[in-house]
Amino acid sequence: MSEKGAFGAHGTGDTSGYGGLVKSKATPGSSERPYGSYFDDVADNLERAYPDFADAIEGVVIDRGELTLHINREKLVEVAFILRDKLKFEMCLGVSGVHYPDQIGRELHAVYPLLSITNNQRIRLEVSVADGDAHIPSLVEVWAGNNWHERETFDMFGIIFDGHPALTRILMPDDWQGHPQRKDYPLGGIDVEYKGAVIPPPDNRRSYK
Amino acid sequence: MTRLTDPYASSRETTEGTVFSVTGGDWDSLVTEIGATKEERVVVNMGPQHPSTHGVLRLVLELEGETVTEVRCGIGYLHTGIEKNTEYRNWTQGVTFVTRMDYLSPLFNETAYCLGIERLLGISGDITERATVIRVLMMELNRISSHMVALGTGALELGALSPMIFCFREREKVLDVFEMISGLRMNMAYVRPGGVVQDLPDDALAKIRATVKDLRHSFKDNEKLLVGNSIWMKRTEGIGYLDLAGAITLGVTGPVLRSTGLAWDLRKVQPYCGYENYNFDVITADTCDVYGRFLIRISELEQSLRIIEQAVDKLEKLAGQPVMVADKKIAWPAQLSLGGDGLGNSLDHIREIMGTSMESLIHHFKLVTEGFRVPAGQVYTAVESPRGELGVHLVSDGGTRPYRVHFRDPSFNNLQSTSAMCEGSMIADIVGAVASIDPVMGGVDR
Repeated sequence: MSEKGAFGAHGTGDTSGYGGLVKSKATPGSSERPYGSYFDDVADNLERAYPDFADAIEGVVIDRGELTLHINREKLVEVAFILRDKLKFEMCLGVSGVHYPDQIGRELHAVYPLLSITNNQRIRLEVSVADGDAHIPSLVEVWAGNNWHERETFDMFGIIFDGHPALTRILMPDDWQGHPQRKDYPLGGIDVEYKGAVIPPPDNRRSYK
Repeated sequence: MTRLTDPYASSRETTEGTVFSVTGGDWDSLVTEIGATKEERVVVNMGPQHPSTHGVLRLVLELEGETVTEVRCGIGYLHTGIEKNTEYRNWTQGVTFVTRMDYLSPLFNETAYCLGIERLLGISGDITERATVIRVLMMELNRISSHMVALGTGALELGALSPMIFCFREREKVLDVFEMISGLRMNMAYVRPGGVVQDLPDDALAKIRATVKDLRHSFKDNEKLLVGNSIWMKRTEGIGYLDLAGAITLGVTGPVLRSTGLAWDLRKVQPYCGYENYNFDVITADTCDVYGRFLIRISELEQSLRIIEQAVDKLEKLAGQPVMVADKKIAWPAQLSLGGDGLGNSLDHIREIMGTSMESLIHHFKLVTEGFRVPAGQVYTAVESPRGELGVHLVSDGGTRPYRVHFRDPSFNNLQSTSAMCEGSMIADIVGAVASIDPVMGGVDR
């Protein structure tokens, strides 16, 4: 995937006069074995402890010394229990959402960093769902500390964590409309007018990208 | 029943029961009114504007007499959308935002964020040793100033005024050092991707040595005020109990986790910034209570002083090393100096870009306005902040601005344990339990 031009706004004219800049956006793809470090052990142990491994794991990415397991959401809770009880990932450090409007059918991602205190290891789980069907099973029954983190991700991205004990907004007011961290959330800004010119919201301004 | 007419304590009937509004100075009439109702169960809103809730934290308490049967935290009053804001600034400008999240530990926010960017860029190994040691030095000074607020306000909230005066006096000395080094006392945006924004001033090391000596002496005064103090111990021993299993499942880290006896400190177990090269101890307690957490913070002050002394020794040997990576495509101009009109780029740098080299001017302009591109991908970096694991999840789409910045703030996570610590206890003990978590609402709400 690539984009042309130095500035971010489309159709408004590139005032630099230079449209030849091409930026490549290569996201790291799936990795092949050997993964290196302790990642092979984690994958082996999970495969041994969990017979449905092939169905549950959609992809394994090793990038910048970190392991990401892409998990099928139907199997998320089962995998989480195995990781906690058999592989000793005792702690989940919350969930962070990411919105990729360009990935049709997998627009919303939930990213869970896990920590094993026993083995001093870190891995990451990633679950992707479609925008129109933004449901992910809650992990509160596995790691109780995910309660507020899931509420925050619901608040900010609109991902619904099924089975959460009380999935309500946590940072925004209860009656707020929309989910602010989504890329399609209207930024509005303040109408500042000067001699007929209106200052557009930040995502519509001309900018470097 | 005819209700008393009091302009400060009105009441109205709702489907949930009678709601009393209290605005101060009217406790007698309130007590009379509540005594007249048949309800044993009272729901009280504590905060968000309350001197004992450690910031704009709202606690919804369900009480039976003075016993708390249920606690719920209401947060979000300080939400400022910092994570969203960073998506519309370049990577370097993001430092100025994230430093304002947990405002008592700005240098930890900055360092965690910059370590993440450096890992995304693949330049973690290129950061000069001097820059890394300065980061450690600043973080440990920051740990002291943060613990001073935790101890001072914690004591204040339980009614002990003097420790607060002493702690803020000590904190001021640390802030003076920050001001000398960065020009700012808080939110200094001093750590930048690739290094730090400028080198230490010439007399900084001597000043830090003197401050360390001074602090070590003053901390003894602090200890005498509260350690072993019988009133203090009655208010803190056995209060806010949270054991190891509870802490792990709730994801609690930092002094609260270490008060359960587990020596988990990222500086030791997963060292970053070269912490493996310093001698220090991980302090634990096995009491799982407020007093244990208090003792841990007191003892961590001395450990931070030890690290600062070793960092100063290292810096003396590293004099003259640059504090920014050599790669000019990333290195923000870091030759600031104090001129007649305030802090700005050094005259040498201005002379070069304005007088001699057109290319340098173009480069400076491009780097500062446009920023640098960060290869696409995601990372999670964590540091041990004064409150526990501060994790940063960064996603780049290959552009000059972050695609997603998420801070896993330890205060946000640890505050969840309030219910586990307080339910079943007396209402007065909630204040101590919350203070022992030491939540900073700027970090909780971001």
